[in-house]
Amino acid sequence: MNDDRPHIEYIGVRKRYGRSNWVVSDLDLRVRRGEFLTLLGPSGSGKTTCLMMLAGFEAPSAGEIRINGETVDGLPPDKRGIGVVFQNYALFPHMTVGGNLAFPLEVRGMAEPERRERVDQALALVRMEGFADRRPDQLSGGQQQRIAIARALVFEPDLVLMDEPLGALDRRLREELQYEIRRIQQQLGVTVVYVTHDQQEAMAMSDRVAVFRAGRIEQAAAPEVLYEEPQRAFVASFIGENNLLPGRIISINRGVCAVEVNGRQIEASHVGNLPAGAETLVAIRPERVKVTREAGHFANEHEARVEDISFLGDHLRVRLSVCGNSSFIAKIPNIVGHGGILPGDLVNVGWAALDCRALEAESS
Amino acid sequence: MRIKGPRATAVALTLPLLAFIGLSFVAPLGTLLSKSAYDPNVANILPRTLAALDGWSGGGLPAEAAFAAIAEELPKARQARTLVRVAGPVNRLKSGLRRVLARTARQVEKTEYAGSWRAALIGIDPAWQEPDTWLAIQAAGARFTLRHYLQALDLERRPDGDIGLRPEQSRIYVPLLWRTLLVSLGVTLLCLAIGYPIAHLIATSPPKRSNLLLLMVLVPFWTSLLVRTTAWIVLLQRQGVINSLLVSMGITPDGERLELIYNMTGTFTAMTHVLLPFMVLPLYSVMRSIPPTHMAAAASLGANPVQGFLRVYLPQTLPGIGAGGLLVFILAIGYYITPALVGGRSGQLISNMIAYHVQTSLNWGLAAALSSILLVAVIGLYLIYSRLIGIDRVRLS
Repeated sequence: MNDDRPHIEYIGVRKRYGRSNWVVSDLDLRVRRGEFLTLLGPSGSGKTTCLMMLAGFEAPSAGEIRINGETVDGLPPDKRGIGVVFQNYALFPHMTVGGNLAFPLEVRGMAEPERRERVDQALALVRMEGFADRRPDQLSGGQQQRIAIARALVFEPDLVLMDEPLGALDRRLREELQYEIRRIQQQLGVTVVYVTHDQQEAMAMSDRVAVFRAGRIEQAAAPEVLYEEPQRAFVASFIGENNLLPGRIISINRGVCAVEVNGRQIEASHVGNLPAGAETLVAIRPERVKVTREAGHFANEHEARVEDISFLGDHLRVRLSVCGNSSFIAKIPNIVGHGGILPGDLVNVGWAALDCRALEAESS
Repeated sequence: MRIKGPRATAVALTLPLLAFIGLSFVAPLGTLLSKSAYDPNVANILPRTLAALDGWSGGGLPAEAAFAAIAEELPKARQARTLVRVAGPVNRLKSGLRRVLARTARQVEKTEYAGSWRAALIGIDPAWQEPDTWLAIQAAGARFTLRHYLQALDLERRPDGDIGLRPEQSRIYVPLLWRTLLVSLGVTLLCLAIGYPIAHLIATSPPKRSNLLLLMVLVPFWTSLLVRTTAWIVLLQRQGVINSLLVSMGITPDGERLELIYNMTGTFTAMTHVLLPFMVLPLYSVMRSIPPTHMAAAASLGANPVQGFLRVYLPQTLPGIGAGGLLVFILAIGYYITPALVGGRSGQLISNMIAYHVQTSLNWGLAAALSSILLVAVIGLYLIYSRLIGIDRVRLS
């Protein structure tokens, strides 16, 4: 099989219900074979609709979806051969675990001995051997979701869709299952399209994350790229934490621009093609901000006043007034010599020009 | 064990309810059902006659003592105005005896004793020289009797004492019971066939539309039964809306208007309509609890819509089908007003016969026996049902 060809393509896909606003607009996205792609966004941003159109439960209002280069327009879900994992597990309560897993094999007409073998393999894959005779309501939430994952894989689809599969679980279980899902995906080499609103989950599991906002993809990239090089202010604030300072670009010089923020000047990386004079948002990661008593180390250095401090174990979270902005956050790692800073102190904050990005100002 | 504190209060609070159930349900039901096998009227009014007949079993005429006793007790009963309580049951066993007893009671007062009551009574009415007359009085005098049950099951006690089927033309009740069971089953299946898609539509519609649909199910439910039944009369009768429409469109000739009511068709139509909500509501409540993702999951796993419905959806609605079916069937088996109004001759059910015996023929013993048989039939079906499906799986809400 030609691995260069994308497994899934969304081409100009749009969707709306009735005459409402576009739930998804102008979606263009390609997914590689064997890729773990996460659709990340706040609720109502259209990510689940994208997944449901791929599964065949919804039809695009315009545009086209292709799987293996062939359009799936009008193909009913039961003919697509895609595994789907739902948030509420959707295990059939009137069947045993084994019955649930055998169901997709039965409707495909597979004979009993082979069916049993496949069911056992799938149970082993999710480490639930010996649960075949239980009923779904006798299992915990985490166990139910493992079974739901096994059921979506038992008929050996090469594409599995997951719609917030861990949304109903507590944090520890969620982390455990994130690891499991990633392990299974890599073991089987299947393509996974995963929907979540939890950015940590997206970062931990994915090869690539597509950040959704109001029916559009803001940026689709590997987690490191999204974190380090956000192209838009929404991504900068949605992935991790960022200080966003509104200002105006004064001058641009080889990828670095000078931005005026409340009468102060900040040097920042120039992103996109904002011209001089344009409104901008300067994004600075709190952990890249150095809080010191003495000056003279960074391109950007400003006086600041400590407003308050929270102790969070591995780091201190300091809220400062910088450049007329009183909710500027800095994270100070809890290491020897983090300095006895107290609220009300006057300090210096500094950061490198590379660590802050001048992004297009947008109405949020 | 003593019950103290709040539990005692709680138990005490249920006492009015228990008293109410006892007075309004258990007591009348028990009294009525006991009449099917226990009838002390004749025995209380003619004690000496029955004592004199004790040991006599139809061989020739009874002894003079029996004639003397009845000659004394009949006028007494007439004066106490209790004669009718004797005449009714006796007449049911041998028709014509009502008149005989009434005339004898009237005339025996004026008759002078002339050495033999036997001759005197036979002089009043020749029926007294027939052993059957005395057998009827003796049978009616039994306090405990199974004859109502025998009659309700179309059985009779032959002169030789054996129990056997009645002659074919006088078997009424067993065929009627079968007809009632079949009609109830048919109505239940019709309700299921019509109600299942409605319930599914309501359960899967967006809230606004599902409320409207639910209202459309409930409004007839809140409307008087009589109004709904008479509405069917307006629609279905020979000169009714449907027939007139068919005739005016030229589909049926004027002379051959369809018989849609006052027969079994009318009973079926009206009962299905009246009982439909009892099927829709339990189905709806079960269907609403089935997440829509189940059908989506079935489709994603490769099941076509028919497979998905049969393997995933239908099994999960079984408790609702059970609850709705049981409700409709049990209500249908005792249905009375609707068949009485639109059933005509051929659409009558067992309840109409029970009502006839309670209100018109005043044969309460037989009415009670029929009711008991109906009750036993329902309990039997319920037990079979709970064995098959499991009553704990039935969900009403």
